[in-house]
Amino acid sequence: MPINWIFKKSRNELEKGGRIPDAATQEEVEMTQTCPACGREVPLSEVWSNNFVCSCGHCFRMNARQRIDFLTDKDSFEELFGELYSTDVLDFPNYKEKLESICQSTGETEAVVCGTAKINGELCALFVMNPYFMMGSMGTVVGEKITRLFEYATESSLPVVGCTVSGGARMQEGILSLMQMAKTSGAVKRHSDAGNFYLVILTDPTTGGVTASFAMDGDIILAEPGATIGFAGARVIEQTVRKKLPAGFQKAEFLLSHGFIDKIVPRSEQKKVVSSLLELHHRRKRA
Amino acid sequence: MKTTAYDCVQMARSTKRPTGTEFIEKVFSDFIELHGDRRFADDPAIVGGIATMCGTPFTVIATEKGTNTKDRVYRNFGAPNPEGYRKALRLMKQAEKFRRPIVCFVDTSGAFCGIGAEERGQGQAIAENILEMMTLKTPILSIVIGEGGSGGALALAVADEVWMLENAVYSVISPEGCASILWKNSNKAAEAAQSLKLTAEDIYGLGVVERIIPEKGDIHKIFGRLGTDIYSWYRRYMEYTDEELLEARYQRFRKIGIEIDEKGLNK
Ligand SMILES: [Zn+2]
Repeated sequence: MPINWIFKKSRNELEKGGRIPDAATQEEVEMTQTCPACGREVPLSEVWSNNFVCSCGHCFRMNARQRIDFLTDKDSFEELFGELYSTDVLDFPNYKEKLESICQSTGETEAVVCGTAKINGELCALFVMNPYFMMGSMGTVVGEKITRLFEYATESSLPVVGCTVSGGARMQEGILSLMQMAKTSGAVKRHSDAGNFYLVILTDPTTGGVTASFAMDGDIILAEPGATIGFAGARVIEQTVRKKLPAGFQKAEFLLSHGFIDKIVPRSEQKKVVSSLLELHHRRKRA
Repeated sequence: MKTTAYDCVQMARSTKRPTGTEFIEKVFSDFIELHGDRRFADDPAIVGGIATMCGTPFTVIATEKGTNTKDRVYRNFGAPNPEGYRKALRLMKQAEKFRRPIVCFVDTSGAFCGIGAEERGQGQAIAENILEMMTLKTPILSIVIGEGGSGGALALAVADEVWMLENAVYSVISPEGCASILWKNSNKAAEAAQSLKLTAEDIYGLGVVERIIPEKGDIHKIFGRLGTDIYSWYRRYMEYTDEELLEARYQRFRKIGIEIDEKGLNK
C-alpha cells in the first residue's frame, strides 16, 4: 500500500475522534505508521494499544479526541463551548476556504476542545488542543474557549488540566489573535487568584504565542518526552544567530534542565501522575 | 499616491523616528534610569526608570532600538531578551508598591529570537509579564510609537489603554514572516502587510487601541501634545478604585475577539 495513502486514510479516520480501535476495520488495523524517530513501520494496532507511543519511546501526535480518550475516565467527558466556530474576521486571503476544509477533514470546529471530565475519578475542567487543526494555532475562538473554560472553572472552583500543542497565534486573524494571549491570561490569573489549581501538559510542539501565555502559567507544568517547546521557531533562530543550534535545543529535556518545567512524564504514567496531582491539590481548611 | 500598509511598516521602522528613550526624556522630566532584572543581567533593549510630569512621579519603560550603528548593536536593535522583560516587570511591581502610574513606549520588531533567549525562557518571561500586568494595581498606559512586534510588544502592552502613533504598526507577526510561512515567499510582504490589518487605523477599527496620536507631518513635534494627553489620562484613571481598574482592564481584553449573541453563539 502506498505510504501516503495510508497516512491520509488513517489520519482522516483518526481525526474523527471516538474510540478508534473499536471502529477500525481489519484493513486499518493492519496498516502502519512510520515512526519519525526510529523509522520503523509501526502497525496502527500497536500505535493504538500502546498510547500512541513507538517501542523506541517516540510519542506520536494525538488529535484532541484521542487524547481525551487516553487521559480521562471512560464516558466522563462532557464537552463545553463546542458550538463556537471561527469566522474570517479580517477577510484574510484563503482563510475561509482553509477553515472549511479543515473543519471537514477533522470533524472539529476549532483547534481546542474544552469540557469537564474525570481523571481516575478526579473531576476537572479540561482543554485539549489539536495539532491537526491548523497546527493548533490560537485565533479568537481558541482564545474565547480557553477563557470561558477558566471562567467556568473559577465559578465552579474546579482545577483546570490543559494539554497544549500549538504553532502559536493564528496569523490569519492578525492582531485579534495576539490579543487572545492577554485575554486567556486574564482568565488564568483570576482562576489562580481564587486559589484554584492549573496543571498543564506541554506536548509536541508547543511554541509561539501559546508558550508565551497560558502554556507557561501552570502551577505545575508537565511535558511529554521529546516534545519541542519554545518561543521562537528553530529555523528563525538559526537564521537570526547564524549558528547551528545545540543538540536537543528546545526539547522537553532541555527545558527541564533549564528550569522551565516541573517534570517530564511518559504517556504510560500520565493519567496516574495527573490524577495524583489533582488529588494533592484538593482545597483544605487549615486546622 | 495612497499610503499602503507596507509604507506604514517602513515608516514605523524608519531610523529617523525618535526612539523610546527620546520619548521618555522629552515627554517626561527628571528621568532616572534604573537597571537590571536582579536575576541575570541588564538588557539594554529595554530602558526603564522613574520620571516626573507636573511633579507627579511615573514609572516609565521603553524598548530602545538605538540611535546610531554602534548603539543599535548594543541595544540589539530593540529586540529584548527575557531579562529585559523581567526588568520591566520588576519596575512595574515597584510602581504598584509605590502607587505610581506606568507608561510604556513600545517600539520593537519583537522579542529576540536567540539561543540564550530560549535558554533563559523567552516564552516564560513574556507569559509572566502578561499574566502579572493583568492585575497590577496601578494605571498602565502603553503607547506603540513605532513597531508593535507580536508577543514581544504585548509583554509591555497589557494596559488600561493602548494608544498608537499615526504611523506606527501593531502586528501578530512581521509581514515578511507571514509571507514566508503562508506563501513561502518573503517578497510578498507588502501583500501580507495589507492582509494582516496592522496600521493604526486598522487596529483602531478592530477595537484594539483607544486612540491614534496624529503625527501632523512632523513626529519630532509630538512630545508636548503627547505629554498633555498622558497627563489627562492619568487624571482620569486616578479616579478609579483598584477593583474598578482591574475589572475594566479585564473586560478591555475579554471583549476582543468574536462577537457573541445573547445565547452565547457566534453572531
Ligand atoms: Zn520509533
